[in-house]
Amino acid sequence: MADHAAAVAHQFDDAEQQREAATLGMWIFLATEVMLFGGMLTAYTVYRFLYARGFAEGSRQLDLWLGSINTVVLITSSLTMAIGVHGAQVGRRRLLVTSLLLTILLGVTFLSIKGVEYAHKFEEGLVPGVDFTYTGPEAPHVALFILLYFMLTGVHALHMVIGIGAVSVVAYLGWRGRFGPAYHTPVELVGLYWHFVDIVWIFLLPLLYLLRH
Amino acid sequence: MWGLPLFPPQASTLAPQVDALFFFLVGVSVFFSLLIAGLIVYFAIKYHRRSEDEVTEAVHEPVALELTWTVVPLGLAMVMYVWGASVFFTAVRPPRDALDVYVVGKQWMWKFQHTDGQREINDLHVPLGRSVRLTMTSEDVIHSFFVPAFRVKQDVLPGRYTTTWFNATKAGTYHLFCAEYCGTVHSGMIGHVIVMEPTEYESWLGTGAIGGSLASAGEKLFQDLGCSTCHTGQANARGPNLQGLFGRSVTLEGGSSLVADESYIRESVLEPRAKIVAGYLPIMPTYQGLVTEEQLVTLVAYLKSLARPSS
Amino acid sequence: MTSPAVTLAPVPQEHYLNVDYGVRSWLLTTDHKRVGLLYLIGITGAFFLGGFFAVLIRLELLTPQGDLVQAETYNKLFTMHGVIMVFFFLIPSIPAVLGNFMLPLMIGARDVAFPRLNLLSWYLYMAGAIFVSTVVVTGGVDTGWTFYTPYSTMSSTSHVIPTALGIFIVGFSSILTGLNFIVTIHRMRAPGLTWFRLPLFVWSLYATSLIQVLGTPVLSIVILLLGVERLLHVGIFDPALGGDPVLFQHLFWFYSHPAVYIMILPGMGVISELVTCFARKNIFGYRFVAFSSLGIAVLGFLVWGHHMFVAGQSVYAAMVFSLLSYLVAIPSAIKVFNWTATLHRGSISYQTPMLYVFGFIGLFTIGGLTGLFLACIGLDIHVTDTYFVVAHFHYIMVGGMVMAYLGGIHYWWPKITGRLYPEGISKLAALTIFLGFNLTFFPQFILGYLGMPRRYHVYPDEFQVLNVMSTAGASILGIGYLLPMIYLVWSLWYGEVAGPNPWRATGLEWQTPSPPPRDNFTTTPIVTTGPYEYSRPRGEHG
Repeated sequence: MADHAAAVAHQFDDAEQQREAATLGMWIFLATEVMLFGGMLTAYTVYRFLYARGFAEGSRQLDLWLGSINTVVLITSSLTMAIGVHGAQVGRRRLLVTSLLLTILLGVTFLSIKGVEYAHKFEEGLVPGVDFTYTGPEAPHVALFILLYFMLTGVHALHMVIGIGAVSVVAYLGWRGRFGPAYHTPVELVGLYWHFVDIVWIFLLPLLYLLRH
Repeated sequence: MWGLPLFPPQASTLAPQVDALFFFLVGVSVFFSLLIAGLIVYFAIKYHRRSEDEVTEAVHEPVALELTWTVVPLGLAMVMYVWGASVFFTAVRPPRDALDVYVVGKQWMWKFQHTDGQREINDLHVPLGRSVRLTMTSEDVIHSFFVPAFRVKQDVLPGRYTTTWFNATKAGTYHLFCAEYCGTVHSGMIGHVIVMEPTEYESWLGTGAIGGSLASAGEKLFQDLGCSTCHTGQANARGPNLQGLFGRSVTLEGGSSLVADESYIRESVLEPRAKIVAGYLPIMPTYQGLVTEEQLVTLVAYLKSLARPSS
Repeated sequence: MTSPAVTLAPVPQEHYLNVDYGVRSWLLTTDHKRVGLLYLIGITGAFFLGGFFAVLIRLELLTPQGDLVQAETYNKLFTMHGVIMVFFFLIPSIPAVLGNFMLPLMIGARDVAFPRLNLLSWYLYMAGAIFVSTVVVTGGVDTGWTFYTPYSTMSSTSHVIPTALGIFIVGFSSILTGLNFIVTIHRMRAPGLTWFRLPLFVWSLYATSLIQVLGTPVLSIVILLLGVERLLHVGIFDPALGGDPVLFQHLFWFYSHPAVYIMILPGMGVISELVTCFARKNIFGYRFVAFSSLGIAVLGFLVWGHHMFVAGQSVYAAMVFSLLSYLVAIPSAIKVFNWTATLHRGSISYQTPMLYVFGFIGLFTIGGLTGLFLACIGLDIHVTDTYFVVAHFHYIMVGGMVMAYLGGIHYWWPKITGRLYPEGISKLAALTIFLGFNLTFFPQFILGYLGMPRRYHVYPDEFQVLNVMSTAGASILGIGYLLPMIYLVWSLWYGEVAGPNPWRATGLEWQTPSPPPRDNFTTTPIVTTGPYEYSRPRGEHG
């Protein structure tokens, strides 16, 4: 199956310039995302130091099993994503599409498990500002921890949803035979984004789930 | 001059220091402003284009010139920095023998408590020539205590104490402003600081302290709230001995230590589990919601008044 | 490149304005020049709305009593003046209007790297503007543009969340524009256009874009946290619920200080273009000016605590921030010296853009010097949160940035529209603006040192004379700003036809017709010289 070289947009002189511009653009975008998550993580870290006991107690309210399973799911999805990128680079369409579909599946699995975790919090009355029935001397700091947990994982989940959407689009275009050795930039760039979202989770897991003593 | 004030009165020991720094900066600014403005006007006239076909000649751009006008401003800036920092140190370090006044700000008034029990609203009477240290907190949003004549300003925060100090050098009545936007009546959260000659101040003090000194009010509250049941001062008491606590170093659970100050006392009453003294259990209940900021001030004053234990 | 003589060539047959007609061709445009004009409409609207609020503020302050509007209304006026001017006028202004229009032209490109993203940036700007405009008509917001907690999350009863949402959305507009510009500058320069042959305006846009891209996401997060706290009544910043209000200030100023450099660097870039053209001379110290832009961008991220010297941060933090604040002033000083030196042995024309250069250098110098007062911690205790600060930042943002913006608009007006503005009345407007500005804001330095706090609806009687002077100046300034609105629009129909290069300027943008064709250049230019080759080399004659 032949892949067509990318149509070069009118502002670019050639395909190489287009590819370089798109790649640089994605890296800069990821830099903005670092600052975005970094801002929230700064607030989290400040309070983690101020309220160590309360935050440890809050961390103990999280389900470490589900968090760990999700980590494995997400790391595996990065593997399948990387395989998909490779498939595009060497022109193996079936490998590309299968890998991307697996990535989507794993991404949806991640979000489902996250949904289960969130549902548990609602059942346990651990949703600050909405339904928070936890008592005990550390309760206000536990509430702050869980609020930051929801915000950090929530913003992360939003990025996952966007990522799944992007991977879906690329998977569809891949199925239509758009990508191959001559042109596979969107696959690479979506892959970059996906790996980044994975790395954010690698930070969130220990900060939220593992600092529980 | 024609009722148009151009400069605030200098009414504190800090004011002349701040003003000297100010005039230095004004001098530097006027110099550079005139230099640049002058050069622009001079060049604009001297090198005004005389004909449409005029061509300029490229000039030599000595790096030495660039370095000079980098290094010289940098040097001036460092002078300003160091001088400013030294004035700042004076401004933020109250002398040890300062008279304590406690300030509670709330939308939209200032409440003052003198150690001997005098309470004031919006107008603060202080003696001439004595250092006065203000320990301040807010009941609601951030405010800022600002007396232009003293060149003193400090934000007043909810949930903690901030401090500032001054030593008034001129008798008179001076503006007090809130300087951090705090809502509808922000520009109405104003008052005066009234500086009185020492004898006048003494007689003013005698006129109105209902209910005794702050410390005695605090002692009564200490009993009423049941603090004395655990903080008995005996060897095996449930709570640490508070005699002579103020100003002493305290070792906490976990090995760290701190010097007991007003903020530590306030926090211990409202969030007793934040810092546990080494060797004691975290059993003290919180008084959050059970004491007002003004009552907390009396407890602080009371504990400050407890002498060191004789041993 | 040689500068062609001024010609009165007719307006080119087809250019970017007439290549396509209809609302769709504008609302779905991917032409950076049209996007720039779309922004121009939005920016101008924002300027006059924010300016209207300023007029009301100054009218109220004519008297010591609160007799024009109620206290709550006044608080909303200064809040919305700040929000609109900062987020919807100053931050986008030069980059989104002049940058969008000129950047590809100045580097010999057909468009920016991501034209559709550019259009999206404009839609995000408009969406944010619609949120804030809705707030304006449904009761306003009264937290101050700085949204300090816990007032904004727990005490204010105004429309905080819709305003926060509007700012959140327009933040993404800023981020995407910055991203677009960085990639464009890196990847789309014409052959031969090395970094050190770039016009200084491009360097300043690059530095500005770095700040936009790295700083704005932190604002997004702090707005998100603010909104969550207000909606759910949880204690992130409210001490009554365990939060820290000073943490809000750290997070807020971490963006908002670099933001003020977004609000001056592009202006400095414009000044570099204008001073070289109207002194017809190469910029003095090109590399120093270029690197000073980068230096300001980097150092600008390290000084945010100077807004918080009396806020309750530690003495040691204050010391560090004061030192760094002095360091960040130095690159700006370097620029002022280099611009002034450029005038030496120049061939100086007094056309309107040059008048704006003179005004900028003078007023920015004063504004920058007064920044040294604020960086000085012993002195800042007295002047922070007073009208001294208000005067300082207006000298930079209005005396500096707005004058640079107007200078740039006049300079590039012929390129954008194919018409010349009327020189006589434009000089009058520039002079009016300069005089009105100084009368408005210089008295405020005095008021500030006297102790008049910011955001005060009523004030002690003795401050009235200075306030009356300030309001008188504001009326003159307002007239000064109205004049260009009128004559620039007039020039669209009756202005002299400009030709490709009425100023005999160097720069790639002048090597193409006015207005430019849709794709900017018929053939990609090849660059062989620096950007300001006006002067005859030393030693050569004739």
